[in-house]
Amino acid sequence: MKKVILKASVCFAVVGVAMIQSCTKDLNLSPTNDVTSETVYKNLAGYESVLAKVYGAFALTGNRAPAGDDATKDIKGIDEGFSDFFRLFWKAQELSTDEAVISWGDVGIQDFHNMNWTSNNSFLTGLYYRSMYQITLANEFIRQSADDQLSKRGLSGPDAEKIQEFAREARFLRAFQYWVLMDLFGNPPFATENTAIGGAPPPQIKRADLFNYIESELKAIEPDVPAPHANEYGRVDQGAVWALLARMYLNAEIYTGTARYTDAITYSKKVIDAGYSLISNYSWLMLADNNLNTSSTGEFIFTINYDGLKTQGYGGTTFLVHACVGGSMPASAFGISGGWSGTRTTKNLPELFPGYPDFTTITDTRAQFYTSGQNLEISNITDFTNGLGVTKYRNVKRDGTAGQSQDFSDVDMPLFRLAEMYLIYAEAYLRGGGGDETAAVGYINALRTRAYAGTSGNISTNELTLDFILNERARELYWEGFRRTDLIRFNRFVEGSYLWPWKGGVASGTGVSAVRKLYPLPSRDVNSNTNLVQNPGY
Amino acid sequence: MSRRKLLQSIILPAMLLFSQLSFAQDRVITGRVTDSTGTGVAGVTITARGTQTTTQTNNDGSFRITVPSSIDALIFSSVGFTTLQVPVVSGGPMNVSLSGTTSTLNEVVVIGYGTRMKKDLTGAVTAITAKDFNKGAITTPEQLISGKVAGVQITSNGGAPGSGSTIRIRGGASLNASNDPLIVVDGVPLAPNRNNDGTPSIAGSPDPLSLINPNDIESMNILKDASATAIYGSRASNGVIIITTKKGRSGKPRFNFTTQNSISVLPKEADVLTPGEFRNYVNTHGTPAQIAIMGSANTDWQKEIYDNAFTTDNNLSVSGSYKWLPYRASLGYLNQDGILKTGSLQRTSAAITLSPRLLDDHLKIDLNLKGSLSHSRFADEGAIGTAVRFDPTQPVFSGGKRFGGYFEWLDPSSTTGLRDLAPLNPVGLLEQKEDKSDVQRSIGNIQFDYKLHFLPDLHVNLNLGYDVSKGEGTIYIPDSAASSYLRSPDAKHGGVDNQYKQNKSNTILETYLNYVKDLKSIYSRIDVIAGYSYQDFSTTNYNFPDRTTDGFVISTPSFPFDKPENRLISFYGRLNYSYKGKYLLTGTLRRDGSSRFSEDNRWGMFPSGAFAWRLKEEDFLKNSNTVSDLKLRLGYGETGQQDGIDNYGYIARYSLANQQAQYQFGNRFDSLLRPEGYNPNLKWEQTATYNVGLDYGFFNNRITGSVDFYIKKTTDLLSIIDQPAGTNFTNKILANIGDMENRGVEFTINAQLVRNREVTWDFGFNFTYNKNEITKLTFTNDPTFPGNLTGGIAGGVGSTVQIQSVGYPKNSFYVYQQIYDKSGKPIESLFEDRNRDGVINVDDLYRYKSPDPKAFLGAYSNVTWNKWTAGFSLRANIGNYMYNNRFSNTGVQRNIIDPLGFLANGSRNLLETNFTGNGDQYLLSDYYVENASFLRMDYINVGYNAGSLVSKHTNLRIGANVQNVFTVTKYRGLDPEVPGGIDNNFYPRPRTYSLSLSLDF
Repeated sequence: MKKVILKASVCFAVVGVAMIQSCTKDLNLSPTNDVTSETVYKNLAGYESVLAKVYGAFALTGNRAPAGDDATKDIKGIDEGFSDFFRLFWKAQELSTDEAVISWGDVGIQDFHNMNWTSNNSFLTGLYYRSMYQITLANEFIRQSADDQLSKRGLSGPDAEKIQEFAREARFLRAFQYWVLMDLFGNPPFATENTAIGGAPPPQIKRADLFNYIESELKAIEPDVPAPHANEYGRVDQGAVWALLARMYLNAEIYTGTARYTDAITYSKKVIDAGYSLISNYSWLMLADNNLNTSSTGEFIFTINYDGLKTQGYGGTTFLVHACVGGSMPASAFGISGGWSGTRTTKNLPELFPGYPDFTTITDTRAQFYTSGQNLEISNITDFTNGLGVTKYRNVKRDGTAGQSQDFSDVDMPLFRLAEMYLIYAEAYLRGGGGDETAAVGYINALRTRAYAGTSGNISTNELTLDFILNERARELYWEGFRRTDLIRFNRFVEGSYLWPWKGGVASGTGVSAVRKLYPLPSRDVNSNTNLVQNPGY
Repeated sequence: MSRRKLLQSIILPAMLLFSQLSFAQDRVITGRVTDSTGTGVAGVTITARGTQTTTQTNNDGSFRITVPSSIDALIFSSVGFTTLQVPVVSGGPMNVSLSGTTSTLNEVVVIGYGTRMKKDLTGAVTAITAKDFNKGAITTPEQLISGKVAGVQITSNGGAPGSGSTIRIRGGASLNASNDPLIVVDGVPLAPNRNNDGTPSIAGSPDPLSLINPNDIESMNILKDASATAIYGSRASNGVIIITTKKGRSGKPRFNFTTQNSISVLPKEADVLTPGEFRNYVNTHGTPAQIAIMGSANTDWQKEIYDNAFTTDNNLSVSGSYKWLPYRASLGYLNQDGILKTGSLQRTSAAITLSPRLLDDHLKIDLNLKGSLSHSRFADEGAIGTAVRFDPTQPVFSGGKRFGGYFEWLDPSSTTGLRDLAPLNPVGLLEQKEDKSDVQRSIGNIQFDYKLHFLPDLHVNLNLGYDVSKGEGTIYIPDSAASSYLRSPDAKHGGVDNQYKQNKSNTILETYLNYVKDLKSIYSRIDVIAGYSYQDFSTTNYNFPDRTTDGFVISTPSFPFDKPENRLISFYGRLNYSYKGKYLLTGTLRRDGSSRFSEDNRWGMFPSGAFAWRLKEEDFLKNSNTVSDLKLRLGYGETGQQDGIDNYGYIARYSLANQQAQYQFGNRFDSLLRPEGYNPNLKWEQTATYNVGLDYGFFNNRITGSVDFYIKKTTDLLSIIDQPAGTNFTNKILANIGDMENRGVEFTINAQLVRNREVTWDFGFNFTYNKNEITKLTFTNDPTFPGNLTGGIAGGVGSTVQIQSVGYPKNSFYVYQQIYDKSGKPIESLFEDRNRDGVINVDDLYRYKSPDPKAFLGAYSNVTWNKWTAGFSLRANIGNYMYNNRFSNTGVQRNIIDPLGFLANGSRNLLETNFTGNGDQYLLSDYYVENASFLRMDYINVGYNAGSLVSKHTNLRIGANVQNVFTVTKYRGLDPEVPGGIDNNFYPRPRTYSLSLSLDF
């Protein structure tokens, strides 16, 4: 009997030790469907899927479109619909100006028009994190595409060349987002492919230094990215690189204190001469089939591509086509099932057009306003019927038929289009950047000829003034995310010399502190990254 | 002699002979146990001293036990009576009289990996047994002890059938990790009840605990301080609840049948404008167009969606012993309808326990098997909010055929014909959605406890357990329903025909050695255990396409299934030492490894130590008649937490986006691979608990109770923090940052106010004070950091009303300070400019109150008078505040006369404030944060014991019960008790009237 027990004890002990030995190793578990970087970067297709994310993060808000949960969305701590790049960029650039008001009551959204935003504003926080997120994605892609990584993974030849081209495009996308941060926030943290994931917080970069960095990046990739129209639809080519440089040079004095108007002329001209042309009808710009504007002779230089079925979200042009519909506006004319009753314009924008205030006759076809049931004056910002509606963005095709989805827009958002290059050339000319006066007037008249469907709206050389340019930019580019940058460049953003309804939270408008020319760095990041110094005045 | 009788005449003697053979030297003792009045006491446990041989008395108090002849004494014990040891004398029946007491000192309390006599406990442990459970229609086990235990706050998640509760023991030790206690059922530690997003962790079940039949539960033991919980180490920071089910008794099979039938009613409707008030309001404030769209009906929409609901709960059990095999088997059937129409829960449950004792009691085997099937239909709870908001001048039915005949707001210019963003007909929402599920769950274990033959002081214990479930469901909405009318992107296909399926498996292997030795020479006793545990939690979630009723696929999942899994491996030990039965020492140590952390941070060490001093045993108290018990307890321990977080948060990985999240390059759409944010440095959250307690008993333990003071300090909080931008693929990440404290006092008193031949009157009261404070939230303590916003509200997308801030309780309200006019009426959007900068913006928000009560109380009483019993339970919260989101969201003009082209009803609060609802700030007014302190009567009941009405060995009891009897509160919403502190469309808790019948036979 005792022998049996002894044997049993030994068995217990042996089994026990064996169990403990084997079981502690069992704590290494890995997810079922997610994959590791070794698998992802094994081949070209894997790289392309990650590149698609670097691009797609402009249009999408997470991994489960149109909206998922906290695990699937890109930006945490904010409503997923509010975490979209262009929706937030648009709010920061337009709601803070005379071009747009919004009726909604979400906390912080009225701060834009009231010009009393703080470093806790969740929209600014969302935009900032969206830009930094896209930069981090690009950094990772660039890191994984370095020569040593490629050779380590046995990737060479045409595949490696393609991956290297992808990486140049990622560098452009990163430069673009750094431009966004430079323009809106001034002095963001500076993370590159050398910033380790999970490592120390990145240093802060000064606005002027960031300008130099972006310029150097764009110049570095310029020779090697595909020529204008030579890349696939939706991807970066030299046209985009030049266009961003032109835009930066136009605003360089704001960013660095040093004017670069000659460079603005040079780079806008490069784009202008690259075979783009204005599409024939201004009202076709922002329609469901505006991908047609991206043809080899089209107007669009670089776009964010949305698709009602395959690239869904509550931001971007889905926001733009829904939020502007309310009051008596028929949703079906916008190709959507119903409007969100949000955005309108103050009277300052329609005032710039002939036909003001009721637009019974429209001579400048860019005046796309909805007046029925809408009051020109705004007594109450949160009442949709105060302020004219804007009908520029519609999810219908040129032939009037609706887009693929009633809920999500097919409209692509051009980040750069030829008209802006014309306007940059003309303005840079006026600001002493050189160039040719006839060409400048000619470019402006090209825009006006399209707008007036003839030459009746054309201007003469002596009408080409800086004030005219600012107004023409509003007429041509309104609601496309330019206004705040333009008003700052013309010293009319914070100043009391130029007012609009409810500017600074006062019905008749008021000037505000010059610190408002920069948005504050979100307090969240200032708190978690001790390298950051808050912008002055916040 | 029939053949059957012949068979019996052969087999029975043979069996007897066999039993005589195997217990040759045994003898049979019979007798009867009575109380001081001479009435037989049923259910008294009789143990042969020094053995595991036990039996229990029958209904009339009689018993029969077979014991070895060497036994010299029997021990008689029963809850409510003083345990008595009686020497065995030969000849004649053994008649014993027990004296009543509420002393529970000798009650056996189940603790982690073992049991203790209550008097030997060193930690803060409360045991509640079946006789003290709450009465009434109770669907989930935790409701059995709601209000009964100091320091334990149980808030039901609403009135839906089986919806479960939010359980907080001593305030909750975590911020973003789980705050739920660990629940152990018969030795099987369960997986968390809720997923990280708060949904039930078993798909298709209203709450996983609803799959455990409360009628099978014998006792619930709540381990509160770390010296008691630390043996469970990593999962024990928020306390442990050990549930023990009923076991077999020795003797002949005894049956019990209970049936309880209840009617639930809606206690009151949310206060909205009457049709008359509504018409007045629209006529006064609306435009002609808005006035024109009013209807002519007078509909009480809440009346349309709620209905009295019937519940029947039936249980049959048999318990007894077949030779050496004590068994209990039970069957239960519950059919519960919700007061919100269309919702229901049916549960069929079965349980079997076998507890054989073999090899001369050297081998104890306990087998517990529980299984349940539930069938649910979930009502669309969105109807609760839309019933409040729906225009009372509109009829339920439009008279037409579209949208199933239900009235809806229309817009001729929209593709669907429906007015965008308008509320949908609540009756249509309910009746046109079939959301059904079938869930199976089984929990079981087999536990071997082997006392070594050559060393009887040493036990080897092996426990093998499982908890498996399968949840499946379908959601069907006809294409005529407005909620999903033509919902496909091209607006050509509508309705919903979807399904889901999940399998879960939780398996455990545990083994420990237990050595117990009485060292009489040095007046000492030691009890040591050392053990090992391996537990695996695996879930398989199957993914299905989203389809319309005609089979059109809206979206296809990227993967057919996902299988998240995590594992825990533990080593643990405990030493108990007692000296002279007066000084008790406990030390525990647990080392846990979790698959949720990297190899460098995987293992955590969780020690505890406790000392108890039984002052009553000292000479100066030994002979006191006043003080019948006094014990001081001191304890310290560290516990961990890793539940409620992702399984793979430390691993760098890429995830595939769905098919609606592709990006177009050229003419093709590329799938997206997204790098996921990760934190390789994740590790255990640790909570250190200090506890000082005093257990007391006076007047022969007619008054007993305890006082506990505790401090819980959590460090390395698993909190979701802002990741410095540019350093990770997420802006918020789970990291070990922050500290939090809970400090509290618990007081319990139980008194036998009257105890005589005819009347007993017991009264119990408990009080808990808890103060929660976040003490650190950032890497570097930055006073300018306001905190992490939380607590989303309805009204503005993305608006939040709560904040986690250093120096304040968690989930504090973060609001503007309202300014009132002379008459005390709030002035819309006029707030105190708290920082005096001339503008009202987020910098003027301040922290005002929090949803957690400062104190909570429970009181209960039971009276028996001859064959009658009566009881009630009261519960109160003090200092808890609630954000009245129904007032803020619906009690404004903009909600009633919506500029979007429809009308909506709202809270009558509108008539007090006359708020327009314009602007974005009024929502965050402290005006809407109301004191929600309350006193609630949870139940009141009467019962009658009809005795052996039917035949000699039967016993019949009948009872009547009312639950949720009344609530006294200043809070102006429907119910002052909403988990989370934001009251918006909470499923109302019904008032329930029950009749019950219980028959023993």
